[in-house]
Amino acid sequence: MSNPELTPDEVKQADRNRRRKKLMAIAFVAPLLLFIFVTFVAPIGTMLYRSFYHPTVSELIPETLDQLDQWEEGSSDLPPDQALNTFAVELQALAKERLSGKLAEEINRALPGASSLIKSTARKMRRAETETLRTEGAQLLLDAHPKWKQLDVWRAMKSSGAVLKDDFYLTALDLERTPEGEVVQRDTQIYLQLYWKSLKIAFYITALTALIGFPLAWYLANAPSRVANTLMIFVLLPFWTSLLVRTTAWIALLQTNGVINSTLMSLFIINEPLEMLYTQFATVIAMTHILLPFMILPLYSVMKGIDPSYFRAALSLGAKPIPAFIRIYMPMTVPGLSAGALLVFIISIGYYITPALVGGTEGQMISNIIAFHMQSSNNWELAAALGSLLLLLITVLYWLYDRLVGISNLKLG
Amino acid sequence: MKKKLTSLAAAVAFGLAANTAMADEMTAVSFGGAYGAAQQKHMIDPYMEKTGHNILFENYSGGVAELKAQVESGNVLWDVIDMEVIDLERACSEGLLEVFPHDVLPPGDDGTPAAEDFSEEALANECGVGNIVWTVLYAYNHDTIEGGEPSTMADLFDTATFPGKRALRKRPQVNMEWALLADGVPKDEVYDLLATEEGQARAFAKLDTIKDDIVWFDSWSQAPQLLNDGGAVMVQSANGRFFAAIQEENKPFEMVWDGHVFDLDVWAIVKGTDKKDLAIDFIKFATGSKPLSGMPEVAYGPTRQSSYAYIDENVIPKLPSAHLDEGLKASSIFWADYGESLGEKFNEWLLK
Amino acid sequence: MAQYPRYFTLWQKLGLTGVKLTAWLVLLFLILPILVIIPLSFNAEPYFTFTEGMLALNPEAYSLKWYREILADDKWLLAIQNSFYIGFMATIIATVLGTTAAIGLSNSQMPFQRMIMALLLSPMIVPLIITAAGMFFFYTQLDIAGSYIGVILAHAALGTPFVVITVNAALAGFDYSLIRASLGMGAKPVYTFFKVIMPLIRPGVISGALFAFVTSFDEVIVVLFLAGPEQRTIPRQMFSGLREEINPTILAVATLLVLISALLLLTMEYLRARGEKIRAGTN
Repeated sequence: MSNPELTPDEVKQADRNRRRKKLMAIAFVAPLLLFIFVTFVAPIGTMLYRSFYHPTVSELIPETLDQLDQWEEGSSDLPPDQALNTFAVELQALAKERLSGKLAEEINRALPGASSLIKSTARKMRRAETETLRTEGAQLLLDAHPKWKQLDVWRAMKSSGAVLKDDFYLTALDLERTPEGEVVQRDTQIYLQLYWKSLKIAFYITALTALIGFPLAWYLANAPSRVANTLMIFVLLPFWTSLLVRTTAWIALLQTNGVINSTLMSLFIINEPLEMLYTQFATVIAMTHILLPFMILPLYSVMKGIDPSYFRAALSLGAKPIPAFIRIYMPMTVPGLSAGALLVFIISIGYYITPALVGGTEGQMISNIIAFHMQSSNNWELAAALGSLLLLLITVLYWLYDRLVGISNLKLG
Repeated sequence: MKKKLTSLAAAVAFGLAANTAMADEMTAVSFGGAYGAAQQKHMIDPYMEKTGHNILFENYSGGVAELKAQVESGNVLWDVIDMEVIDLERACSEGLLEVFPHDVLPPGDDGTPAAEDFSEEALANECGVGNIVWTVLYAYNHDTIEGGEPSTMADLFDTATFPGKRALRKRPQVNMEWALLADGVPKDEVYDLLATEEGQARAFAKLDTIKDDIVWFDSWSQAPQLLNDGGAVMVQSANGRFFAAIQEENKPFEMVWDGHVFDLDVWAIVKGTDKKDLAIDFIKFATGSKPLSGMPEVAYGPTRQSSYAYIDENVIPKLPSAHLDEGLKASSIFWADYGESLGEKFNEWLLK
Repeated sequence: MAQYPRYFTLWQKLGLTGVKLTAWLVLLFLILPILVIIPLSFNAEPYFTFTEGMLALNPEAYSLKWYREILADDKWLLAIQNSFYIGFMATIIATVLGTTAAIGLSNSQMPFQRMIMALLLSPMIVPLIITAAGMFFFYTQLDIAGSYIGVILAHAALGTPFVVITVNAALAGFDYSLIRASLGMGAKPVYTFFKVIMPLIRPGVISGALFAFVTSFDEVIVVLFLAGPEQRTIPRQMFSGLREEINPTILAVATLLVLISALLLLTMEYLRARGEKIRAGTN
């Protein structure tokens, strides 16, 4: 860093200044960085952690799992009686503490149907003498339900007992592990289809917003500024209006007896009301409406900056208007179009509220199933795994956005 | 400007303090709608007036999931909960509820000790106190039904005679029972059969026959709306929901009692609440003879005998208790054991 | 716009008219759904639809009863109070932290500028369901789920990206020699901040604060996961209303919210115009 025009002292002084400025800048950014770290990054880290760390079963039946350690999952014999006795004792203790339901739920995830087996057995074990269970628990178990003779149950118990595991990711990708340790496709494909459907819905919405946003943005960008500013209110008012208000509006419009149906019927266009609410169509149309401003605003600001003389020059050089529009004007709008499209795509792929309220069963997206596992099935680990995969997808898109558009170029309103 | 800011900060700080220091407030949750309104009128409001405590009365739509999430995460937000017995059995056996000391319940207004005054089922579970008898049935709208007047469970599944959408609640409970009843299974064999793989397959096969004609909903309150606006021609709901629509809004709805699945609703206390004493005190009050006697306003029958002294004789035949012969008692043990696994099968079946 | 260039053929003129017509239709598509709820909120009957009486403009078909119902319902009143309280607190935190961070970030000496910017803006990009789930796990461990503090911190985190963006944009036209001049003339840094930097970026700060407020005011998923019954907000109340009991009270609330957003929009436009003026002045 030698500069012929500066004395060494001056260089040192400049370096010191720069270092001081740097420290100042860091001091300014640090509070928010720390805040975001605690309130936002750490929670997401917790979620990632929960998607593979799961100690519940090992806390419920520690001794049974210790004994099952010596039993080979691939073996064709039941675990030794000693292990079964231990399990009977632990199951009784759980039943008394009202924790057998928790165990049932956990095992059921590895082996559907195990829940009712464990619950009904726990009910019977509760009444038995603990001392008897210690020595004859195995027999009592097998008498309580014939399913205890099946190897699957014990395999499921052993595999659920692992503390760190990738099982939730396998489930989230519609895969499962066979007793031999091979990873195979599950019979019922649920989650991949749902990811695919979410991508599709997000794509429809992006395409629709681009298709109808383009002419409006063009019109606004080329209208006299007084007209454009007034009409801009029409774009910005929805943008500033609560998302729930807009969703409510679509419910009022789309329902069986709603505004659209009754208008069409009174005009004799249709005889029977169309079924629009609680369909995928409702999700797409309502979300298109909600996200349209995110497409129009970047398009508008790019179009505003396009010098009309390029287009005119092309025309005066003899180009036909339509080809000239497509070959000269359209390419210049690409920055706005890609910014809008990526933004709309990113926002719509993780949308929850609108599909939950207007989408019915077929209009649900991946966020809705995450919410389902968080709130209704209480399978938080699977929700975390599904969420982590969604996060990965978003991160890739976000990175792409930063490359193509530049995150600091994001404009609001 | 500075002064304004400090006074604002003081106001904000005060607001925070006031919000955390509010004593004797608790949260009760129940099912909302006309039922919730009746509970508000006969249980919540009189209790608040009598004791000066404040109760936040919230709606929920049944199931144990939310309760479970709260207890397992240690983030207990509710204190008292009104739940169906099929959920109670499961919630109690999974440790989501406090054990309720039945011996503290006061005698009826006529002096009958609580243990004799309440019906046997009302005190059968150690975690709850029975509140009302209610039932799930289906109703149709005289204005929209075509093909005659449905009267049996089989008619619900008969889309050839009675075309149009059916609205059912999105869960296996009741729907599985109905499918078997409509398929000709006698009432007393329904639950034994449902415990087997074949029985479950048979129920799903029966539901398959109308799957394309089903509109699913999540909460009882959506049902009258669906029946009213033509979203469906036959709709499943709690009897009280239809009763309110018929009685108060003069809707041309007709309830079909064949194969109705009846159950109790109970008050219970959420495990880990720090307002347990207040919760017990509230339940003692809410299950008293007088507050319970207000429930028939929404067509649900009280669970204690002494309440009937306060009820209009003309109303008694309209309560589910007058139709028990036509109905099936929901099995709480069955649903405690099979609710979860059938729930999963049901969801998979929906997505198929 | 009214006149087409002379060299346009008839078909091209028609095409252009078609584009304009489309533009107007899209404008209607944007605004009509919002306008439609306003008359519906005055429905005398408990439905979400226009009754015959309403279409015939019969005054008896209209009523203010849903508005009265809001005022009589403790739950709505609590929700309104909560929404403003939580939104206000979250906005203060987000604005203070976001503004200082944006000033730091605009400094050319800031290391890892791009990466930090991407991180700070990520609460805006990460789907709320993921944020909400993560916060549920983490905040219950800290024992601040189901409390005002939890919801306020969460909403503040969601609001900061907007403040960073708007203040950053306001600083884009900022002339750093002004700071040097001020400091060089012996002004203290704090004085310089409030007397030199602040007046210039104030429109950016205020519009960022408005965005942060609206973000909190409109947010429902985090509230759904984190808040208890005591922290119910307006959107939360609307969400459960739409799921459980659809009645025009929600439309009345929605109409009031449209009014509020119209007010916010006007404030924003006013600020933008002023911001442009200020920036034009410094150049």
